[in-house]
Amino acid sequence: MGDRQYIIIVGAGKVGWNLARELIEKGSEVTVIESNRERYLTVEQELEHNIQYGDASELWVLERAGISRADMVIAVTGDDEDNILICQVAKEKYLVDRTIARVNNPRNRQHFDLLGIKPVVSATDLILRLIEHEVPEYGLVHLLDLPEQRLEIIEMELPADSRAAGTRVGDLAMPEGSLLISVLRDDSGFVPNAETVLQAGDEILAVLDPRVEEDLTAYFGPDGNSNSG
Amino acid sequence: MFVLIVGAGRVGSSVARSMLSEGHEVSCLDEDPESHARLEIGLDQPWEDMGGHFTVGTALELDALTAAGIERADVFVASTDGDNTNIVISQLAKRRFNVPKVIARILDPYRAKWYAEQGLDTICPTRVAIDMLEQEIREAADRGAADRPQVGAVDHEDADV
Repeated sequence: MGDRQYIIIVGAGKVGWNLARELIEKGSEVTVIESNRERYLTVEQELEHNIQYGDASELWVLERAGISRADMVIAVTGDDEDNILICQVAKEKYLVDRTIARVNNPRNRQHFDLLGIKPVVSATDLILRLIEHEVPEYGLVHLLDLPEQRLEIIEMELPADSRAAGTRVGDLAMPEGSLLISVLRDDSGFVPNAETVLQAGDEILAVLDPRVEEDLTAYFGPDGNSNSG
Repeated sequence: MFVLIVGAGRVGSSVARSMLSEGHEVSCLDEDPESHARLEIGLDQPWEDMGGHFTVGTALELDALTAAGIERADVFVASTDGDNTNIVISQLAKRRFNVPKVIARILDPYRAKWYAEQGLDTICPTRVAIDMLEQEIREAADRGAADRPQVGAVDHEDADV
């Protein structure tokens, strides 16, 4: 019992409720806090003592829920200001190790970043990312972004007229700060060596500094009206 | 000085009028266009004719804050009706826009106290009310229960006043 994770979830909307259900099933101790009386009464029929009624941006409500012993606080209300405040207070006042915040309006994401609230989850961003994956712009898809570490991993399909097609990996002049890590060809992937020759239609994975993304796209992109011999 | 007030409710609009009449440049941002009328209570000219600015927009939108002039604000007042909104936009004003003086109105005394300890300038009207009420009661207690007139008895002391 003592080493069970204790998780506080703020907001008993669809996300909060389902999350609570899953986490309880996985054996975590969970308290949900919901400020809407009617919603609370609905969810309480199922979650019973695992839900409390109150406004979690009031510190005493968080204290009543036992925030000082919480391993994680997840703020998934429909209000970005509330999610920011709850995570900020959880982290900085009650020294909760881990917080997760939901971003409702993607334009507010920068506020979460500025105030050090992370990680964040944004349904809109996730869907946008999926769209990008299905319909990639410039054939480039972000697989992993670590903005603070200035690293990202991207996937890019070499177009038919890619200037890199037919080039030995050993002869590639990729931008400084980028590295080719694998090639996907004919439904299988492999780690290339210096002798590998790139082909049009290859999907390449590269790790790079985001600042050279454009150079990399240009390098592997179509030859266009380049004058190079 | 350029004063930007976000949230032109009773408090915000009143402060806005005072500061304008004291010669400061004042800009108000509120999501409700109707709140413009509150700015003009008691004025005999339109708010704009007196030099005031008014922007309709949401406080968390950087475009709205920029349109309202946050980049040249000397003083930023967060007086919307949401404590959390005020707390968040005050931190934006401070950390992102480097406004020299940022004041947040926070109704909840506990949140106000903690954020004040973190370095935010906070005004807590609830705290002020609590302190005043307590003070009144203490003063009454100091005067003593002896002052209380007996029910039904003739109150000579009051008669003297």
